[in-house]
Amino acid sequence: MNRIINNPDLVVEDAVRGYLKAHKDLVAPTDNPRVIRHHLAPQKGKVGVVTGGGSGHEPAFLGYVGDGMIDAVAIGEIFSSPSAKAFHDAFVAADGGRGVACLYGNYAGDNMNVKLAVKQAAAHGLTIKTVVANDDVPSAPKSEPQKRRGVAGEILMWKVGGARAAEGAELDEVIASAQKAIDSTRSIGVGLSACTIPAYGKPNFSIEDGMMEVGIGHHGEPGVKVMETRPAREMADLMLDHVLPDLPFESGDDLAVLVSGLGATPVMELYILYDRLSEVFAERGMKVRHPFIGNYFTSLEMMGVTLTIMRLDSELDRLVGAPARSVGLTKVAL
Amino acid sequence: MSGVRIETAGGLVKELVEAINANRTWLSEIDGAIGDGDHGINMSKGFTSAGAKLGDTPPPLPEALNVLSSTLMEDMGGSMGPLYGYLFSRMADALEGKSKLEADDFGAMLRGALEGVQEIGSASVGDKTLLDALAPASEAFDAALAAGKPFPQALDEMAVAAERGRDSTRDMVAKVGRSARLGERSRGVMDAGASSCCLILQTLANGIKTRLSE
Repeated sequence: MNRIINNPDLVVEDAVRGYLKAHKDLVAPTDNPRVIRHHLAPQKGKVGVVTGGGSGHEPAFLGYVGDGMIDAVAIGEIFSSPSAKAFHDAFVAADGGRGVACLYGNYAGDNMNVKLAVKQAAAHGLTIKTVVANDDVPSAPKSEPQKRRGVAGEILMWKVGGARAAEGAELDEVIASAQKAIDSTRSIGVGLSACTIPAYGKPNFSIEDGMMEVGIGHHGEPGVKVMETRPAREMADLMLDHVLPDLPFESGDDLAVLVSGLGATPVMELYILYDRLSEVFAERGMKVRHPFIGNYFTSLEMMGVTLTIMRLDSELDRLVGAPARSVGLTKVAL
Repeated sequence: MSGVRIETAGGLVKELVEAINANRTWLSEIDGAIGDGDHGINMSKGFTSAGAKLGDTPPPLPEALNVLSSTLMEDMGGSMGPLYGYLFSRMADALEGKSKLEADDFGAMLRGALEGVQEIGSASVGDKTLLDALAPASEAFDAALAAGKPFPQALDEMAVAAERGRDSTRDMVAKVGRSARLGERSRGVMDAGASSCCLILQTLANGIKTRLSE
């Protein structure tokens, strides 16, 4: 392990401190060191939008706190759910009196901690509703959507929910739009190398040099197939073969497409992949309305890439296209 | 009647903190095989923080268990925060109104722990989780008492059952949590949660036995 850290047990604490110092125009600390809020939150009269998750995925999750996005975020240990207390305190930080939408990913720990936090918040009068992202196609069969994990599709869910809340919508409307967003979104990851949690000091899984794992999870969960690394064009085709039939995406669809590096991937290579993706979309009569290419949702220093596709209706198109400003994602109104 | 004075038994929780810290690396190694490799690290962080709150003269056992529970639930996060949080809070509940911890009370603590874990988690026995150490341990303890065995011997049988339960996870396929993604590949390795649970139960058994003989 060769990393830019101090104490490996305190990487989250150290990083959050730096983040707060760097982005004072967007975020502010709260009494809970594991909760960061929008610098204006809570905004009276606006539905609060909260997310949370393990660290090591930066800019997710804290990087999506911003204008037209997330109001408060709960921060966990590396690859580990935030505590119920952190989720609860994030709800409080985001609540402007019209309820809070908690938009998070489908993992056992997050489910338990959110459930506890919602219960605690309800006990003192807060209204919290949730949407659970489950966009990762290879994580479970289509027949078991409740077992599918949330991956980079969460970002588009936050974008949609955040934009809807910024429009002044009611809690139920924010929830309905965020649910529609994730229901219209599918993802897949390909891993080319493993990653190391600093406190553990060595990778907890391995991918041989020259091999790639198709369908890998955001924490190195095994995928559906390990094979020799193929040229980017073939990698793109392979990813599309898994994702497109699942929704299914069809000719005539308008799309938002998010290609994210997993931490160690040169950004240049994301564009090499996107060149082919874009070609296939055109061939199939699909139109990419909103492309997002970059490091949006990483897994420490994993080499690899995730592809996320959302089918847009006019509402989702409007909400994905709405202005937003955050460290992870900024959208300028056209 | 032989029992442990609850008033002065808060030290049992300090012993749990020491046991988890002493096994930090071992627990992470076990977790590393099919998980993140952070089980020992996160458990140690949570238990150490509870230990600091308890100080050098810990409060009576139920209070000490509740300090541990709330620290894990509030600070630790992950899956283990809520699961162990519920486990220890239900153990504390079973001691309400008691001044001595006797055999029946420990049986009630184990059953309470089991119910708590099942209430917050979604796993069943056989899913390769901490339940696979806890459930047989609780059953073995109750069975030993039903057979008329004395408290210390029932504790021994409970500890053996916990260990057997832990080892049985080696042949199981994970059904819940992150390792469930591994399917068949999760077979052949012990579950980290069952391992820490077994360690906790054995530490409690030893601590109680020591106090019973004092």
